[in-house]
Amino acid sequence: MSETTEAVVPLEPKQTLVDAVRERWNGVRAGDVGSLPIILALIVIAVFFDLKNSHFNDPGNVVNLIIQMAGFTTIGLGVVFVLLLGEIDLSVGYVSGVCGVIAAKFTEPPGTASGWPIHLNGLVAIAAALLAGATIGLFQGAIVVKIGVPSFVVTLAGYLGWAGVVLIVIGNGGTIPIQDKYINGIANDFFSATTGSIVVAVGVAVYAAAQVLRVVQRKRAGLATGSLVVVAAKIIAIAGVSGFITFYIYKPGAVPRGLPYVAVLLAVLISGLSYLATRTRFGRHLYAVGGNAEASLRAGIAVDRVRILGFVIGSTLAALGGVILASRLQSVDTEAGGSTLLLNSIAAAVIGGASLFGGRGHPKNAFYGALVIAGLANGMGLLNLSAGIQELITGLILLAAVTVDSLSRKRLAAAGR
Amino acid sequence: MLSPMTEPVTTNATATPTLELRGVSKSFGPVQALTEVDFRAFPGEVMALVGDNGACQSTLIKAIAGIHAIDEGDFYFDGARVSIHSARDAAALGIEVVYQDLALCDNLDIVQNMYLGRELVDAFWRLDEATMERRTAETLRSLSVTTIRSIRQNVASLSGGQRQSVAVAKAVMWNSKLVILDEPTAALGVAQTKQVLDLVRRLADQGLSVVLISHNLNDIFAVADRITVLRLGRNSGEYDARTATQQQIVEAITAGIPHGAGAAS
Repeated sequence: MSETTEAVVPLEPKQTLVDAVRERWNGVRAGDVGSLPIILALIVIAVFFDLKNSHFNDPGNVVNLIIQMAGFTTIGLGVVFVLLLGEIDLSVGYVSGVCGVIAAKFTEPPGTASGWPIHLNGLVAIAAALLAGATIGLFQGAIVVKIGVPSFVVTLAGYLGWAGVVLIVIGNGGTIPIQDKYINGIANDFFSATTGSIVVAVGVAVYAAAQVLRVVQRKRAGLATGSLVVVAAKIIAIAGVSGFITFYIYKPGAVPRGLPYVAVLLAVLISGLSYLATRTRFGRHLYAVGGNAEASLRAGIAVDRVRILGFVIGSTLAALGGVILASRLQSVDTEAGGSTLLLNSIAAAVIGGASLFGGRGHPKNAFYGALVIAGLANGMGLLNLSAGIQELITGLILLAAVTVDSLSRKRLAAAGR
Repeated sequence: MLSPMTEPVTTNATATPTLELRGVSKSFGPVQALTEVDFRAFPGEVMALVGDNGACQSTLIKAIAGIHAIDEGDFYFDGARVSIHSARDAAALGIEVVYQDLALCDNLDIVQNMYLGRELVDAFWRLDEATMERRTAETLRSLSVTTIRSIRQNVASLSGGQRQSVAVAKAVMWNSKLVILDEPTAALGVAQTKQVLDLVRRLADQGLSVVLISHNLNDIFAVADRITVLRLGRNSGEYDARTATQQQIVEAITAGIPHGAGAAS
């Protein structure tokens, strides 16, 4: 491999559409499949269930889907951060349960039998639930990082322990109804058509501005900007899809109808966490530690702190997911945080493309994965398939996703030499 | 005598060593690793550090890098006496080590690796990708590392020689004065070895002081100006690479200082 004389370190500012496509294709061949399989899967799901059941793509069902998936998507977003470190958190299900219960208990009306002595405003109660989640993450993360107990075991203990806490706190009552308007509003209230349209328009504008700003900055620095056609296509696609969905969910006659608060919350979470993961120093360190902890240590990164913070983020988002789930049911019961919640959350991250081996993944993975899982569950429900069949198929999809991950890892490793 | 002090072609005959160690000893419990070792590295020169397995080159390197605290002896950096207690101290002086296993993150791209742990940020805590990318390109170009297609590709997709080049470039980007390379060619093929050795030579030609650890005498004679030999944790001579023979070096490594050949301390 003799040295070539031409300067191949690129400062060429132009990249054509063809270059962009070729580069992406080369990435796929080297094992970096990105979001490609998942987007194909989503299209297949949408078309398949549309053919099988005329109601799957009804506006009302689309709104339902968003509300159904919001809780475990939020938890899945946190799981991505733990997976990026190459760790696992099995406790997120019941941590979300505990924190949902905390929010519910704090907002019980004064005088409730077996109620807590302190009664809080709904927003303060939510903050308390998030704080509890963060504390749990700090506790479990510290045991993993400082003492060196494998995260699998620590969070398995958390899985059992926090399930117990849910049972103890709820006690014999069975169900705690939530009457607080803030908590219930998250998953049950909608923007009016006008406000909803403005919110979506602002969101799209912010996205477009960020994309354009990036291109301008790179141009100014004399760096390659990627294909402008691709950038424009991305903006138009985002604007088109959001515009269409907004129009669609406000169709007269749709039940439920309109943009739920929780959808905006989810969008803000996904963009904020993507920013944290890919545009900040902490995010960069997260990937570095997941990729090569030894190298990170030598580079002066506070590896322990980064890893503990990863667990804190995971548990805090689990807490928020618990509040969202409680909001949707307008109550918590002894089932809070249980059943398939944990597995769906982790499966969302993994099906979406976050690697179980650490160092590879993106918050949007949890969103895509959750869309697949929720879409399947919703569609199979409409087809009146039994719960057994539904779980079997979800399991097969998870297996396929993990297989793709392992294969692409092998190919990436092979391409490295 | 082949003492470098009397060697006319040596440009730095009177220069102050970038780094000088005098009488350094280090033991691990009952095991004496280094015994009164002297070592020096001059600006603009490649100093090779050789020895058989167990000669404790890596212990010496780790002492210089601040990973092992020494028991006895003195460090001089640019003529001034210094003490190095941590990797941070070493980095502050301008000492960078490129370890054998490279310490690169495969899942990050070249720019991200170059700035690992020292990322630039603007207001809003946002990574200043544009500046980092531009400076990475400049650094690689100044070192004539030109076989890399894109500096935004993951390190996993690079060849062994390219990875080594990135690791070296990462070390020299931080205004370092002394770069220590631990077996940089150990895992490389012929062409890639040449690529890395050329890079090592360029570093020295740019005025840096380079310490090269290697078991491969061909590599050493191809690129080094001087050779320090360690044997069982003791000095076994410092040689001028232009006048020493491979035979002399092998004898120094295996049997200790041969008569007539120059220990220069």
